Amino acid sequence: MLELDRVRVTRDGFSLGADMQLRRGQRVAVLGASGAGKSTLLDVVAGFQPVAAGRVLWDEADLTRHPPQDRPVAMLFQDQNLFPHLSVDRNLALALRPDGGRLSAPQQQARAQALARVGLEGLGGRKPGSLSGGQQARAALARVLLQARPVLALDEPFGALGPALKAEMLALVAEVAAELDALVLLVTHAPEDARAFATDVMLVADGQTHPPRATRAFFADPPAAFRRYAGDA
Amino acid sequence: MAARALALGAGSVLALAVLAPLGAVIWRAEGVAALRAADLAALRFTLWQALLSALASCLLAVPVARALARRRFAGRGALVALMGAPFILPVIVAILGLLAVFGQNGVLSRVSLALGGPRLDIYGLHGVVLAHVFFNLPLAVRMLLQGWLAVPAERYRLAATLRLSARARFRVLDAPVIRAVLPGAFAVIFVICLSSFAVALTLGGGPRATTVELAIYQAMRFDFDLGRAAALGLVQLSLALGAGALALWLSRGAGFGAGLDRTTPRHEPPARLDTLWIALAALFLMLPLGMVVARGLPGLMSIGADTWRAAGHSLLVALGSTLLCLAWALPLSTPRGAWAGLAAIALSPLVLGTGLFLMLRPFVNPFAWALPVTGFVNALMALPFVLRILTPEAQTIRQDFGRLRATYGLTGRAWLLNVFLPRLRRPLGFAAGLTAALAMGDLGVIALFADPDRATLPLQVYRLMGSYQMEAAAGAALLLMALSLGLFWLCDRGGRVDVGA
Repeated sequence: MLELDRVRVTRDGFSLGADMQLRRGQRVAVLGASGAGKSTLLDVVAGFQPVAAGRVLWDEADLTRHPPQDRPVAMLFQDQNLFPHLSVDRNLALALRPDGGRLSAPQQQARAQALARVGLEGLGGRKPGSLSGGQQARAALARVLLQARPVLALDEPFGALGPALKAEMLALVAEVAAELDALVLLVTHAPEDARAFATDVMLVADGQTHPPRATRAFFADPPAAFRRYAGDA
Repeated sequence: MAARALALGAGSVLALAVLAPLGAVIWRAEGVAALRAADLAALRFTLWQALLSALASCLLAVPVARALARRRFAGRGALVALMGAPFILPVIVAILGLLAVFGQNGVLSRVSLALGGPRLDIYGLHGVVLAHVFFNLPLAVRMLLQGWLAVPAERYRLAATLRLSARARFRVLDAPVIRAVLPGAFAVIFVICLSSFAVALTLGGGPRATTVELAIYQAMRFDFDLGRAAALGLVQLSLALGAGALALWLSRGAGFGAGLDRTTPRHEPPARLDTLWIALAALFLMLPLGMVVARGLPGLMSIGADTWRAAGHSLLVALGSTLLCLAWALPLSTPRGAWAGLAAIALSPLVLGTGLFLMLRPFVNPFAWALPVTGFVNALMALPFVLRILTPEAQTIRQDFGRLRATYGLTGRAWLLNVFLPRLRRPLGFAAGLTAALAMGDLGVIALFADPDRATLPLQVYRLMGSYQMEAAAGAALLLMALSLGLFWLCDRGGRVDVGA
């Protein structure tokens, strides 16, 4: 269980509070206007953003002072989710062996399975730059799959894809998360993503993170801050 | 963090490597009392020749750079590239080339004699200044060219629309560039010429044309007066520190000049003098180099065993120097580390060499250590340049991939081998090439330490010249030039091939 215990972040005049508990298996969409602090919230969870007050806990263990690499979080960024000068295979090898060592036979098998799982059989030798946008997203998902961390933090990773491809990717994320029994935090500014993908919706607005609510309930009776942001959606 | 500890370690070793020899020099120096009248003359000469060299380089650079900035012609790119060559050209090679053109038996002397004129004499102040201009005119040209290329094209269009006169154009467009760049160029060249050793050694000398660096060498080698050498070292140190601080202050923001291979359309009638300036500059740079090749080719046959051995020594020194310098530079390639590297810029190799000599002498025979010391000092001298090349790119890599590294959880080793070094390959190759070529061609500290058994190739060329074996010297010089430029090319090329994405 991920717990944000009266967390507060301040950064040049900007302040964001969060206080909530999230379970494994939840797929939480983080909604809010640009600049509201959606990515900041993810950075707090992943360890890229130090907190001014409060604690971040995972299964009761205090992570607040842990650097990103020591947290149970795998993250997908808006772009650059793989090292561009290394082949997909090498990228995935580093996900399994962050010390750069050689993969064992079972690890190599796991890598091949992950590639197949995301539909990239036979493309492991390619560099990310020679793949299409959709294939790059798939390769990044294979990386997350192999990292097998219990929390997936997705910071609008499919923003550059078209609507159909994006829906396909989100469905794949949901499958991957189910296999890992992971908690997913998906930053998005598209309410339809939240509707299609998320079990819960969390709104970031006015310097505060609203506790997550079940997706259907959220859209049935959206908070006033969401109505202002989304217009009459 | 391990990286920070490493940077701190490298910084401390650097500080120690600089301060310990300096400490030895200061401790051994017998105060200004040890200085003779000749030493004060050396100080005066050092300042005077540096001033003249910087002035001449800068004044001549203005018309040449302006012509290169506004003229497009076949071979322009090659000429601009050639302007970078003197930086990695061994001094002794250039000297031989200059002697072949301007010397007593040089091309110009022969022309002059044929016309009934006098024989030219290159030795003395004017020869020293000539050689310094040969090395530093290209530097000033490149700095100015960069300034001119930074002027937005819109300004030239505006000037054309306003139909400004040539005078007004100069005042509005060109004068600000000159004012912005030239003081920095002047200061940098002045500092470089202050610690001139090899040029003064070959073209100067005598009571009237001795630099402080040369005086240190003479005090050590001829008089074996360590106290006086150390006192002179102190003089040189204060000179370099004072002028170095001035240069840093004046040359803020001056870079290495990538992308000079283009012109901005200036919409103005061509000036006929431009062609002349470009031709003169090209001739001035290419003629001596051409003579090195022309005179060296027959001499290649008469390269003796001593010369080959010296070439082997030089390759070893270059290799060691390059590895040491890069190992030093990588952890220091941060904005803060660049400051540590600046400490090395004001250092004179002869002062450092004197200090190391003093430190080694109680324990070992310093002459036996000639080659390691030469490699070490050269690594130190190249460090500021290498840091300037590596740091911007290293910072970009850290910024672009820092988060990705963290989410992968890469260990320091995996990061270094899989991401940092591969992505740094291009500047790393360039920096390695520069260091190798500088170390290969260095004729400085080796002169202090060397005995007949441990010559490097530049020293061997100098010795052959000194014993009037001019053909052998020319062959060895050609070999040295080929090795220096070849090492540079090899390293630089190694950083460029197969670089994907």
